[in-house]
Amino acid sequence: MLSILRLTLQRLGLGVLVLFVVSLIIFLGVELLPGDLCQAIQGQSATESTVAACRKDLGLDQSAPTRYVHWLQGIVKGDFGKSLANGRQISELISVRLQNTFFLAIVAAVIAVPLSLTLGILAALYRNSWFDRTINVFTLSSISFPEFFVAYILILVFSVKLGWFPSLSDVSPDTPFFERLYKVFLPALTLTLVVMAHMMRMTRAAIINLMASPYIEMAKFKGLSRGRIILHHALPNAWAPIVNVVALNLAYLIVGVVIVEVVFVYPGLGQLIVDSVQKRDIPVVQACSIIFAATYVVLNLTADILSIATNPRLLHPR
Amino acid sequence: MTDLKQLDLELRAGRLSRRDFLKAAALFGLSAAAPSVLLGNPAYAAAEPKKGGHLKIGTGHGSTSDSLDPASYENNCMQSAGKTIHNYLTQVDAKGQLGSELAETWEAADGAKKWTFKLRSGVEFHNGQKMTAKDVIASLKHHAGKDSKSGAKVIVDAIADMQADGDNTLVITLKEGNADLPYQLSDFHLAIMPADADGKVDAKAGVGCGYYKLKKFDPGVKTTVEKFPNHWNAGAVHLDSADFITIADVTARTNALTTGEIDVADRLDVKTLNLLARNKNVRVIETSGNAHYSMPMRCDTDPFKNNDVRLALKYAVDRPAMLETVLRGHGYIGNDHPIGRANRYLDKNLAQRAYDPEKAKFHLKKAGAEGLKVQLSTSDAAFAGAVDAAVLYKEQAAKAGIDVEIVREPSDGYWANVWMKKPFCFCYWGGRPTEDWAFSTAYAADAEWNDTAWKNEKFNQLLLQARSELDEAKRAAMYAEMQAILNDDGGTIIPIFNNYLTGVTDKVGTPEVIANDWDLDGQRAVLRWWKTA
Repeated sequence: MLSILRLTLQRLGLGVLVLFVVSLIIFLGVELLPGDLCQAIQGQSATESTVAACRKDLGLDQSAPTRYVHWLQGIVKGDFGKSLANGRQISELISVRLQNTFFLAIVAAVIAVPLSLTLGILAALYRNSWFDRTINVFTLSSISFPEFFVAYILILVFSVKLGWFPSLSDVSPDTPFFERLYKVFLPALTLTLVVMAHMMRMTRAAIINLMASPYIEMAKFKGLSRGRIILHHALPNAWAPIVNVVALNLAYLIVGVVIVEVVFVYPGLGQLIVDSVQKRDIPVVQACSIIFAATYVVLNLTADILSIATNPRLLHPR
Repeated sequence: MTDLKQLDLELRAGRLSRRDFLKAAALFGLSAAAPSVLLGNPAYAAAEPKKGGHLKIGTGHGSTSDSLDPASYENNCMQSAGKTIHNYLTQVDAKGQLGSELAETWEAADGAKKWTFKLRSGVEFHNGQKMTAKDVIASLKHHAGKDSKSGAKVIVDAIADMQADGDNTLVITLKEGNADLPYQLSDFHLAIMPADADGKVDAKAGVGCGYYKLKKFDPGVKTTVEKFPNHWNAGAVHLDSADFITIADVTARTNALTTGEIDVADRLDVKTLNLLARNKNVRVIETSGNAHYSMPMRCDTDPFKNNDVRLALKYAVDRPAMLETVLRGHGYIGNDHPIGRANRYLDKNLAQRAYDPEKAKFHLKKAGAEGLKVQLSTSDAAFAGAVDAAVLYKEQAAKAGIDVEIVREPSDGYWANVWMKKPFCFCYWGGRPTEDWAFSTAYAADAEWNDTAWKNEKFNQLLLQARSELDEAKRAAMYAEMQAILNDDGGTIIPIFNNYLTGVTDKVGTPEVIANDWDLDGQRAVLRWWKTA
């Protein structure tokens, strides 16, 4: 147990280092974006004097290294600074949207993870049967279509034709929980369809892989039922790859939902980052990117720790 | 009118396509606004406005970087919301006539240099403060000054002095005479806000004296306004409250309209408009305003220095074909000047330039520029369909012996790096409500956005003369002459004007006349429309 704790701390330290490097890359990347924030804000109506006034106002006339150091100091203190475009506190701007993004990701995960694990186990159990094939074809087709297409189809069926669910998921902080759940159903379903295939097929493959092992052979000779073999003997050893794939998909649910947010008009972080890139609102882009990077780091860390916890052999690498 | 009724009947019976209807209606000399009204179901228009209800408007505009400061209003979403929260000194009504709002009357003296405005008394701001001339002065000053980022800087910078004569009289002295000042004061930037003791306004607070007060502002997501019961003219509006919801994706916007989740959707997609029109619960409101697409040529750069080259390029556009292809007919053709149907002094007698490859060849020969090669910069950032328009123009110009090379520019930074910089490109203008404004924004020699670098002495003289001319007929003549000069000598090709296309559900009632100066009924839909159920 102590070694797991040590390992966790070690990984956390590495994570912070990764985040630091990421922050540098983000800053450099944003610096390389063409165009100018003040030009972008004022669009066609920008004139030389108004642009100069705007640049001075926003501190854009300072050098890049100075701005980077200021920014990093701010982040350490938990202060992301102010949005250049509308002068609001970024932490305030992001917090609501981050909650929305997490809410949608959690709802999608709550549907997608158990569903794909169950389907994966069932597919392994009834390998090569009609059931297995149907599930495979269905999940592979849904992952093959672009997200916006899946979203439009769902809107057409459930919103325009049947009228069961709204096509606009315009939630706000004061939306009651169940109404919120109702409003995010279609985007969550879209995301479920998009991420399900990956998790389901990994579960199936990991279990089938183990089914050839000698200890499963032994269990078969003991006369155990197939279901019991899979659930009690194969699955515990299959967790490591499954957990990793689940973590990867959860990260995707948080950082990769821009298109779904646009189609369903869901006020999440993705929409904010797109708007901010278009408007050269650099502090907001940087803050969002750091949050996305942190999400990846934390989820991967969790996956690592979980897979080690389920497979003690990994604690003693040789 | 019987002929029109016949047309209308045929349209309804499906014997006449919408487009044919518009063409035929135009033959009867109908004004621009009339077809839009006729296309709507008369039952909506005839019904008495109903009080109460909540209107949800889905707009394609709006961004997380929007701010409540009227100086920063840059899109239709904020501008429309601004017109609900704020009142202005003057307003333009649905028929395009200037009317009073916070200023009851005004008069000019000294060659339109000195203006005296009598302000309405008993006007209350949303914070309870009473409006006086001091608030008006502070509100206008908000846009002035060297560091101003306001889009209305040009208007207020022309003011030499403002004096309050008591609480309800405001005297504005201009640097030069301007007969259009009352018109310009209706500009959506120039909202009247309460001043503090120091004579400053808190522009980001969203407090005004408009018909509605701001309830919630979530930039790029939703803006909610609710009726302000103490408004001086509260009875004039019908709705209790309204939402402006940003729905950037046009498919999402159309879906939300067909499922009734929103009541109004602006900027409909011309490509799917016919399908939408089949939906019985939706009706489309189409207005022809001043918004147009332009192709500026830098007159300080070869080969565009030569007017014959410019004329050749102007004759090389097949305008009706471009209208049909790029806008599917939802607009009208331009005549190389920016004055549109929502302007007062549009010269209808100016001959329309037609597609004429022979004339183009003639002018090329005259310029000694046969076999002309030009680069045309384009991107869909200029307007949706600008790349298609460029390809189309290349084909059309080829018939006149002009080789147009299309340069696709990145959408990012188009306005900063391409427009005003590249010698020949595509551009979009929302149009300006007055001629003077349109000309002095982009065609006057010293205009900051003179995207053609065109300098015409006669034109600039007329501009100054017309600005301070108070005699309507003389002004009209001057503006007509300026349109002719632009048409003949100007540096920009204006092939088409685009219509505003708005979809509303059957639960929305609209007045008989829909304004065409801006999108969404002059950006006053919330103030003029009502819910029928």
